[in-house]
Amino acid sequence: MTKQMHLAAHFPGVNNTTVWADPRSRSQIDFSSFVHLARTAERGRFDFFFLAEGLRLREHKGRIHDLDVVGRPESLTVLGALAAVTEHLGLAATVNATFNEPYELARRFASLDHLSGGRAAWNVVTSFDAFTGENFRRGGYLDRADRYTRAAEFVATARELWDSWTPEGTPRPFAHQGQHFSISGEFTVPRSPQGHPVVIQAGDSGEGREFAASTADIVFTRHGTLEAGREFYADVKSRLAKYGRRPEDLKIMPGVTFVLGDTDAEAQEKAADIRRRQVSAQNAIVALEQIWGRDLSAYDPDGPLPEIDPDPESELVKGRVKVGDPFAVAAKWRALSEAKGLSIRQTVIETTGRQSFIGTPASVAAQLTEFVTADAADGFILVPHLTPGGLDDFVDRVVPLLQERGVFRTEYSGPTLRSHLGLPTPVRKG
Amino acid sequence: MPPPRTPTRPLHLAADIGGSPHYEARHYTALARLAERGTLDFVTLGDSFARPGLDALAVLARVAPATERIGLVPTVTTTHTEPFHVSSAVATLDWVSRGRAGWSPEVSTTEAEAALFGRRPAAPAADLWHEAREVADVAGRLWDSWEDGAEIRDEPTGRFIDRDKLHYVDFEGRTFSVRGPAIVPRPPQGHPVTVIDATAPEPRAAAVRHADIALVRAEDPAAARELREELRDRARAHGRDPERLRVLVSLPVQLHTTADAVGLATLIGDWYEQGAAEGFHLRPAEPERDLALLVDGTVPVLQHRGLLRRFYPGATLREHLGLARAANQYAHAGSPS
Ligand SMILES: Cc1cc2nc3c(=O)[nH]c(=O)nc-3n(C[C@H](O)[C@H](O)[C@H](O)COP(=O)(O)O)c2cc1C
Repeated sequence: MTKQMHLAAHFPGVNNTTVWADPRSRSQIDFSSFVHLARTAERGRFDFFFLAEGLRLREHKGRIHDLDVVGRPESLTVLGALAAVTEHLGLAATVNATFNEPYELARRFASLDHLSGGRAAWNVVTSFDAFTGENFRRGGYLDRADRYTRAAEFVATARELWDSWTPEGTPRPFAHQGQHFSISGEFTVPRSPQGHPVVIQAGDSGEGREFAASTADIVFTRHGTLEAGREFYADVKSRLAKYGRRPEDLKIMPGVTFVLGDTDAEAQEKAADIRRRQVSAQNAIVALEQIWGRDLSAYDPDGPLPEIDPDPESELVKGRVKVGDPFAVAAKWRALSEAKGLSIRQTVIETTGRQSFIGTPASVAAQLTEFVTADAADGFILVPHLTPGGLDDFVDRVVPLLQERGVFRTEYSGPTLRSHLGLPTPVRKG
Repeated sequence: MPPPRTPTRPLHLAADIGGSPHYEARHYTALARLAERGTLDFVTLGDSFARPGLDALAVLARVAPATERIGLVPTVTTTHTEPFHVSSAVATLDWVSRGRAGWSPEVSTTEAEAALFGRRPAAPAADLWHEAREVADVAGRLWDSWEDGAEIRDEPTGRFIDRDKLHYVDFEGRTFSVRGPAIVPRPPQGHPVTVIDATAPEPRAAAVRHADIALVRAEDPAAARELREELRDRARAHGRDPERLRVLVSLPVQLHTTADAVGLATLIGDWYEQGAAEGFHLRPAEPERDLALLVDGTVPVLQHRGLLRRFYPGATLREHLGLARAANQYAHAGSPS
């Protein structure tokens, strides 16, 4: 059979993707918005619905960043409610392993898995910074080096708890002794419909990839281009064997955007317009300041890039994953700007986008299929630029073409997220 | 027959839907719908990290879209949990239920519960309730940390929010601190409703400071009335308006026949008319059996006596309870006027 594609819908939470000024853009918070996007995704037979997480409002130059969409409800609670208005759609929550405890989180995910009839997924993220830590009991002490050891032990511990009831339905005492957790007792929730909720990993370092290969069912990545995607795909899949896993046990799903038009030219034009609206003049300067680590408000967004160097010690931006070495990024931006004669805003537009599939529905369907066939991905997490209607066109116009091509399901084959993903129910250990 | 007496305030009625644990949403949805058919103000669902059962807040989030008016009050543990997460989850329950959320803070006193987390040893109830009060306090601040209307979507300036309407809470408690602001914008009710079982002295001290609803247990109407007066006096001593505190008598019930249901109505009516409390929180021994008789037997009798309303006059739990939307403690802090 042709390789099948997996599709997920990202509800953009705190983000600079949503074109919030668009008259069709509605609330990012009202439950009705979540219902709309989730039901659309289910109508399109998507694998799952995905929510990101942030635990502190971002700051820029010591003040709360106010240009992008801000504010989001708590993911597990929203997904619990969405379980009532959907039947098959997987429900994935991003929850940090640093600012939570395994017993409580294992219980919340097991509860969601029961309440949704086996549709829960957990995207394990590992942000660790002291800035976020200021909202929590522990504070921000976790070393960068420790975050994946904690995350790995966290997931392993959760799985011990999920496995702790007997097949007859009685709790068996558990005891976990480890570097990060020493806990014992009885879990309050029987084994859930999926055995273990699906585990997703997002993070890109060597440790992150190793963690994914040993532990995760899905990797959420930003490697969207065909070449970068193939490289990442081959690298991560090659790491599975040493953990006794098969390549198909881990699905690789980049987060991507899309723009549809009636002609390719119209779609390109729309895409350019969307990028201009995502990267306003103010946003362009902020994006530049985030790399340079300096106040650049005096610069003209339609003028050239600054000649001064980035400040590597800068604390200008808080609450955002660093994009890498600022000198390297600045050099790349300068080179691009010089080669193409781009202004600050144009440079930001060119460099900060995700992989985007642009074209007619037929062309987008063909591009997505090519990525999956060429092993650059097993599927996609689609990030619409409008909330909550941004997936409507995709489901109405692209999904039927993918189904015609035989690369995407026409009906759900089972009730659980694991069944959508073709993943077996984990064997109970212990 | 004399016309039914119209009390100045309607009686408040709530029920617990706990009972023996179930692991399917259907069970709880059916019970909440039943309670809603009886126009009860809210249902409660108990929780603890040490007894079999699903996370209560998750269950009621799952119930929210399957119901329309009934208030939803899960027990939420404040020991071993993160106050920031707790406040976000309760605020979110309010968002997904469109203003029908409450929460009942509880503590974990046992070594067994402490061992599930391995983070710190068990502590005396007094310390844990001190912490629970701090959690209630910081939750209120976080809910207020976004003023209403903080989201402005101002195209000319490109600003999605007005950062002057967002506030750091900078809370320093004995065992935790929180910088804020919240991640979740201010919930529909301003503050979801806080329900505290004020039976033991430690939670009672929390109830007089933080509860919108205090639950009491009493043998007779006179004892209940005395407790209610005490709670109101102590609330006043903490600078609160006692009219904003609802005291409900929490009663265990077991209904086997229609006659039991009618008997319960008589008891409730008599206690209420003697000023025992503003209402009742019923704790059925077997929710499936008892709630059906309660809704089809007890409720109509109380309605017939004019003690209980026949429909929901509003949409939010605060409206059912006759409580105003919570005022925002930061709303005037930042404005120059
Ligand atoms: C595609 C993607 C999505 C992510 N989403 C989140 C998120 O929602 N919340 C969060 O706190 N961190 C998120 N992260 C951050 C990761 O958890 C991790 O902290 C970060 O990538 C650094 O880890 P690394 O060095 O392994 O890449 C995301 C990362 C990636 C690559």
